Amino acid sequence: MSVIADHLNYIYSAGTAYEHKALDDVSFKIEDGEYVALLGQTGSGKSTLAQHLNGLLKPSSGTVYVDGEDIFEKGYDLKALRGKIGLVFQYPEYQLFEEDVFTDVCFGPKNLGLERSEVELRAYEALKLVGLKDEAFFQSPFDLSGGEKRRVALAGVLAMKPEVLILDEPTAGLDPGGREWIFELIDRLRAEQGITVILISHSMDDVAEHADRLLVMNGGSLVMDGRPREVFSYYKELMQMGLDIPQVSRVMYLLRENGVNVSMDAITVKEALGEILRLF
Amino acid sequence: MKETGDRRQGTVLCLLFVYHKKYSFKETENRPLSPHLILKSMSLIKTDKVSYEYIRRDKDGAVEGINKAVDEIDLSVEKGDFIAILGANGSGKSTLAKHFNALLYPVGGTVFVGGMDTRDEEHLWDIRQTTGMVFQNPDNQIIGTVVEEDVAFGPENMGVKSRDIWERVIRSLKSVDMFEYRKHSPSRLSGGQKQRVAIAGVLAMQPECIVLDEPTAMLDPMGRKEVIASIRELNKTFGITIILITHYMEEAVHADKVYIMDKGRIVMQGTPKQIFTNVEELRGVGLSVPKVTELAFELRRRGVDLPEGILTETELANELCRTLSEAKHRKF
Amino acid sequence: MIRDITLGQYYQTESVLHGLDPRLKIIGTFLYIISLFLVRDIFGYAVAGIFLAVLIVLSHVPFKFMVRGLKGILVLLIFTGVVNVFLTPGEVLVSVWKFNITREGLKVGSRMVIRLVFLVIGSSLMTLTTTPNRLTDGLERVLKPLKRLKLPVHEMAMIMSIALGFIPILIEELDKIMKAQSARGADFESKKLSARIKSMVPILVPLFVSAFRRAGDLATAMEARCYHGGEGRTKLKPLRYRRADYIAYLVLILYFILIIAEGIIF
Repeated sequence: MSVIADHLNYIYSAGTAYEHKALDDVSFKIEDGEYVALLGQTGSGKSTLAQHLNGLLKPSSGTVYVDGEDIFEKGYDLKALRGKIGLVFQYPEYQLFEEDVFTDVCFGPKNLGLERSEVELRAYEALKLVGLKDEAFFQSPFDLSGGEKRRVALAGVLAMKPEVLILDEPTAGLDPGGREWIFELIDRLRAEQGITVILISHSMDDVAEHADRLLVMNGGSLVMDGRPREVFSYYKELMQMGLDIPQVSRVMYLLRENGVNVSMDAITVKEALGEILRLF
Repeated sequence: MKETGDRRQGTVLCLLFVYHKKYSFKETENRPLSPHLILKSMSLIKTDKVSYEYIRRDKDGAVEGINKAVDEIDLSVEKGDFIAILGANGSGKSTLAKHFNALLYPVGGTVFVGGMDTRDEEHLWDIRQTTGMVFQNPDNQIIGTVVEEDVAFGPENMGVKSRDIWERVIRSLKSVDMFEYRKHSPSRLSGGQKQRVAIAGVLAMQPECIVLDEPTAMLDPMGRKEVIASIRELNKTFGITIILITHYMEEAVHADKVYIMDKGRIVMQGTPKQIFTNVEELRGVGLSVPKVTELAFELRRRGVDLPEGILTETELANELCRTLSEAKHRKF
Repeated sequence: MIRDITLGQYYQTESVLHGLDPRLKIIGTFLYIISLFLVRDIFGYAVAGIFLAVLIVLSHVPFKFMVRGLKGILVLLIFTGVVNVFLTPGEVLVSVWKFNITREGLKVGSRMVIRLVFLVIGSSLMTLTTTPNRLTDGLERVLKPLKRLKLPVHEMAMIMSIALGFIPILIEELDKIMKAQSARGADFESKKLSARIKSMVPILVPLFVSAFRRAGDLATAMEARCYHGGEGRTKLKPLRYRRADYIAYLVLILYFILIIAEGIIF
């Protein structure tokens, strides 16, 4: 499923003292099966952009095409779209509301108007997919641990079987084990279902390791779009925008400053290992 | 809404009720208090086999089991120290932290703050004044609607004279670099700025020690840096004892001493360098080391001559340059 | 939509009104509301209206802001107006089906509406020019005599101030929860009332749960900062009357005398 953003503009509180341009002429195309990371400082417009892609926010001008269709056209079925483009908010566990875990996960597919048996099958599959233990299925979601809640919340979106999954800082507040688990889940979803992933993240180390393509937002504009290596080679510009570069890149950069001839292409531990060992 | 369960909670209205409940200390068990430790030890905080348990109940309120959140922990913190306590979610680190200023009382063992037993009702306010606490969620610890009014909240409760409160507010805001925001509404500040206001609020109580319970968990990298910089500054320039609870290894790099917790127990302790050498063990307790440390670790394993426990990018780059030039000399 | 509620919100700027003592503003608002129920004719309303207009100008708060506050009670205004216009007996002007519009009805209806409008603008003027903290400080002091009746005045003031502080946070949270549930296909635009009520559950439950969690967190944070009720508490900004406040009291008394005198004379 391809998603195209076409000259998106979005103005918050238009016509008041708080008027603020959150998106400024943003255009890009995301192909089927891509693993894209959306980067930028807080307030750079990443979340606003993500909410346009499944029609939660309507652009002030410009539009979004999903599979060639204009989603803001009159009569377009936005509800069906939200089944196809799943959006997981930051701290999704705070949105749990049903009496038990299973019913909560059923909420999404039920809203899509599916048969009951299909709804329950999907909920079951999604809960299995996120690796929740069986005895927790009919517990109150509020009695689960923090990590389990996050799993249930993710299952709630996955049960809609989205073809595109947008994750707004899915690792926020998780410990290293939890973060690793999220990335494993994404890898599995990609491998098994060929899902397209758009990951909003602050961690350069994470995106360097996982994403195929980076989109960098700054002050509402899309300022960079490319492979991780390409983007991170503009480390000076990134730092000027208040963004980090991966720790590994910084080591490589410092080595080069000291006259050691290493390539800035190495952005993960594995790549850096090869690059440095080559010197000996 | 039965989902809300039996956790301690209340609407803003229930806040009051919550207080009254908390004030009646009779509820806690009546173990004899320990004699003051002032003569025995000069440690600012000392715990002696401290344990804490949560009772798990099922839907009907019957006891299902007992979780040992903190399990016989011994540690001592000296004046001026910068301590980091690391652990995965659920390792008991936050529960332990709440013992340091009498927000929780140990089920077993004793916690001494400035020589006072935290279960000693008489010294409750002295203890809370000695160790201030900063929490995870910046929105849920700001009481005032203007920055300066929030910072004043602590001294107001302590009954400090108005003129002196002003002095404290100004000084505290300046030391976290938030003075120019004193007239702002906290709701319009960034997460990092809110946390710095919260730190100033604790500073205004002039504590000897500040306990920070995952202060950066909900912040972006920028905010995280701001807060960590403020904390280091307080420790270095003002000599305030810091206990930082976190699961970000990068933040523990500058600590004097690191404790690693797992399942309610301290499983490792030492300087950051000593701790971060044990990459595999740390992974075993659900923690990870900074990428630089991991890279250095892997290089070492493959025979590159590097010292153990490299923590920063500069350190690794410098050490690599050194080994490289040595290797070159050997070749010739 | 939700953001339009101006009642209980503070508008930051510098003005004479912003600088006045909150006790004065609370007592003033109270007297103004009483005065609205004392006036009987158009002159009285004119006096009350002019007084309010002068205050609005003095407050430096854009008029737009106060009008927006009225939107929230629009239904109430229309209802009050319509009920009074149609249901007051008297000289019939126009007859619509079974209902009669009477001269008296028009009079009473418009009076009620004007009264309500003045009342809402008057009280939002107080909240717009006073920070919630000063407002609660003022309230605490004004209500202090009630402490003798064992009423928890300090606690009530504290609860109010905290509640006001959390309004923007909870509004933001509500927005987020609505979006998150929409992303799971929730429908808030159904025409059927039963469906609409049902659709509120996925929003309200998380909102309440979160409010409870926040309240618990906040209670802990307050305790950690030595909060133990109003006893022995000092103030960063203790309330002290200044010259401007005494002058304002004088103006207030003059206004009130004028209203009463007008009622007696005419």
